[in-house]
Amino acid sequence: MKWHVLHPLWVTIAVIGLIIFGGRLLVPDDFGVHGRNFTYGYHRLGSIQDWKDFSVKYQGRDACVQCHEENVQLNNVSVHSAIQCENCHGPAVNHPGGVQSLTVDTSRELCLRCHAQLGYPNSNRGAMPGIEDRRHRRRRECSTCHDPHSPKERSE
Amino acid sequence: MTCSRRDFLKEAVSTTAASVLPLGAFVFLSTEEAKAAVADSEARYAFLIDTNKCVGCGMCVKACKNENEVPYDAPVTRMWVERYIFTKDGKLHIDSPMGGRDGFTDNEVYGEDIDPDDIAKAFFVPKGCNHCDNPPCVQVCPVGATYQTKEGVVLVDRDWCMGCAYCIMACPFGARYFHPVEKVADKCTFCYHRISKGLQPACVQSCAFGARRIANLKDPDDPATKIITTERVAVLKDLYGTKPHAFYLGLDHDVR
Repeated sequence: MKWHVLHPLWVTIAVIGLIIFGGRLLVPDDFGVHGRNFTYGYHRLGSIQDWKDFSVKYQGRDACVQCHEENVQLNNVSVHSAIQCENCHGPAVNHPGGVQSLTVDTSRELCLRCHAQLGYPNSNRGAMPGIEDRRHRRRRECSTCHDPHSPKERSE
Repeated sequence: MTCSRRDFLKEAVSTTAASVLPLGAFVFLSTEEAKAAVADSEARYAFLIDTNKCVGCGMCVKACKNENEVPYDAPVTRMWVERYIFTKDGKLHIDSPMGGRDGFTDNEVYGEDIDPDDIAKAFFVPKGCNHCDNPPCVQVCPVGATYQTKEGVVLVDRDWCMGCAYCIMACPFGARYFHPVEKVADKCTFCYHRISKGLQPACVQSCAFGARRIANLKDPDDPATKIITTERVAVLKDLYGTKPHAFYLGLDHDVR
């Protein structure tokens, strides 16, 4: 066949060959079908381990009780027992290693997340004991009068 | 046009070679490899979300952002809480400021203050990745950087993602976003690092009301699985055929 016909053909074959060869060289060995099929499971196997190695920040109540038994037990019998310690105290990460003390969020805004009265009768929000932010002890932190661990009003 | 036998053979051979060579790009699996690849796992995780219980405190969003190193003040979230307020004049007000990260502490929706006496019904709906059985976001990835694990969790390979954002557009739920720091597509990982250690996802653990729960659909004794299999649950946007695996209790027809 004539040169002007074959020349582009050889170039095309060379380019395709280069792509295949380069692909083999650059794509990691653990790339393959590791899920239920090619469409949804074609990936790098090492990526699963990468995600498993991601660090855990919220350690949960069971980790807190090991040292702070007194506070946890006080909290266990209160209406706030379902709330995780770290919701207010911040993520423990590797506390007490690293960070010595956690910063407690005592802001009014934190309490208002649940206890601002919005008037939603058919939502669980309506069943929450709530305050009208504008009317109830404006600019005071809730913890001045209420103990967040066991939230009945503090006795003087 | 004349053609000698020699020319004919030469052309036939070179054409065949040219058309067969690209087939080298395909990877052929042996029977054993194929079987091992599709081996079943003991878990299929799903979310069970009870909108009747949600109070819109947004602690799940806060916990998710902290746990997964999502930039806290950037307007991106892996999961978010939407508020639906139906007023008595028939209007529907929907908002989710900062994904509900700071909770809902007043009745202001986009600058409009809604009088509680005008509210016919109002509720909160937490949303996020549905970890679909047929995830369209995975299908569109041109480089194989996103995939579904054997437990049904849809993940992104951060080393391999090139940030083309096809998947962000493909997701009908808007569950993906572009990570401003990592410069890759990011989404809910079902807290893969936590569930693989036997912990609960951060959003589930931080919920004080049990509105968000995790279910292992392959474990018939799982209490959340029992609810999914025996009670009336709904999924979002089922007409897309993606088979979402976030099951909702108490969903309203106006929630899309």
